[in-house]
Amino acid sequence: MRMPARVLAATAAALLAAAPAMAQDQGPSIDTGDTAWMLTSTALVLLMTIPGLALFYAGMVRKKNVLATMMQSFAVCCLVTVVWMVAGYSLAFGEGGPWVGDLSKFFLSGLAENWDKPFVLGSGDAAVTFTIPESVFLTFQMTFAIITPALITGAFADRMKFSALILFNILWSLLVYAPIAHWVWHPNGWIFGLGALDFAGGTVVHINAGVAGLIAAIVLGKRVGYGQENMAPFNLALAVIGASLLWVGWFGFNAGSAAGAGARAGMAMLVTQIAAAVAALAWMFAEWATKGKPSVLGAISGAIAGLVAITPASGFVLPLPALIIGAVAGLAGFWGATALKKMCGYDDSLDAFGVHGICGIVGSLLVGIFAYGPLSGTPSAPEGISGSFDQFLLQLYATVAVFVFTSIGTFILLKVTDVIVGLRVAEEEEREGLDVTQHGERLA
Amino acid sequence: MKLVMAFIKPFKLDEVREALTPLGVQGLTVTEVKGFGRQKGQTEIYRGAEYQVSFLPKIKIEVVVPSELVDAVVEAIAKTARTEKIGDGKIFVLDVERALRIRTGETDLAAL
Repeated sequence: MRMPARVLAATAAALLAAAPAMAQDQGPSIDTGDTAWMLTSTALVLLMTIPGLALFYAGMVRKKNVLATMMQSFAVCCLVTVVWMVAGYSLAFGEGGPWVGDLSKFFLSGLAENWDKPFVLGSGDAAVTFTIPESVFLTFQMTFAIITPALITGAFADRMKFSALILFNILWSLLVYAPIAHWVWHPNGWIFGLGALDFAGGTVVHINAGVAGLIAAIVLGKRVGYGQENMAPFNLALAVIGASLLWVGWFGFNAGSAAGAGARAGMAMLVTQIAAAVAALAWMFAEWATKGKPSVLGAISGAIAGLVAITPASGFVLPLPALIIGAVAGLAGFWGATALKKMCGYDDSLDAFGVHGICGIVGSLLVGIFAYGPLSGTPSAPEGISGSFDQFLLQLYATVAVFVFTSIGTFILLKVTDVIVGLRVAEEEEREGLDVTQHGERLA
Repeated sequence: MKLVMAFIKPFKLDEVREALTPLGVQGLTVTEVKGFGRQKGQTEIYRGAEYQVSFLPKIKIEVVVPSELVDAVVEAIAKTARTEKIGDGKIFVLDVERALRIRTGETDLAAL
């Protein structure tokens, strides 16, 4: 979605401005094939959060927290939908400047006038014209805005107050997610302008959510009994179903980020499948070799690690590099969720940072090495963007920028939430479980 | 009358039942239980976190039989439930004072 149509778009925008009367005949029009794929992709990405992530996470917590964990994903889905409609979309994709959008699309204003026109993102020379209507673009983006904060909930599972989750989620969506989405995906954004690559959300979604999770795990502190009590997953069968739904939904996430039903979407889909499979095997064999058994949880965690790492690279890389990215991600995720967590001593309960943060970084950096130019080529610049040391440095720069901004932003918003409603449930509530204490319900 | 209470590995239940029926055992009660003995549980590993699971699933069989049948029943259970690996379980025999079949009001041996 990012850049390919840039020059075409500029020409189209100039045409539109010069001859509004003729625009409808000569300007780009809505492509029904592209739109059909983007409608499908939007549904697939929503499927990743509900029920995919909800099941994945719920299967890994203890029985007393299963409903509360599912409720976190479900509630985030509903909350972000409203927040995105009211102001989030405008702050992310409004014109604005290099740092953040503006309030020009507050309550989706302007959508009614152009509801059946091809969507144009940005203005002037930098504008990007799509072949889909804005309603589809903004709903597709909404599903990304939903899954990102839902991913964070894995880090503070089993101990956050539900009221704190609501407040933190609203603030974080507006003040952390929207600006970073603007930096990376709006033509005015400073990372977009820099030329750093992020096809489907390695920085915006995964590094962002992973690092926010790390900060949340540190700020909230460890679960009561962490390291002493048995915190074995309640039902890994749920987690397997959830991870599998995430995998399928990821085709919408990555191939959908081509913003159309073309060859680039096809390549993105292929490399997504390859990276997920290889990473699952890599994690599984690494665990088998070091811990004695190839666990089911290890295999599904590896698949997620590979999907995360290929996210920024899909649409830029060919299958062989995808194989390498997947293998590295599987090993890196295994290291992140086991050795790194143990070494540093934080309780990232479901490894939001260990998997999404670490593998997001892996993918974000490796795309700078492995990018195959022609995939991102345009008619005026057919060479596209290829991997190089300079590109790698750009990727590193973007990764560090997102890491630092998210860390600081998340820390401040958690502290604000703590002052207003309190972050953590009381110890006895935590022992009894969030299902009963937060929601008054219990799994049979 | 004696109560034979046996703790066995869950997958041995069907074999034990098949061994008891020919002896004239008319009915028994089965419960899924957890416990530990010399086996002292197992280790589970989830993403590198190791947990000692100290209570393992077992099946508890309770069967009340006429005293003269006890030895045969105990022997049958022990023979079929044995794998010669740790965790095969245990058998206890207790005295039973009275028995009553609720539907008919029959008592003691007639109620078994």
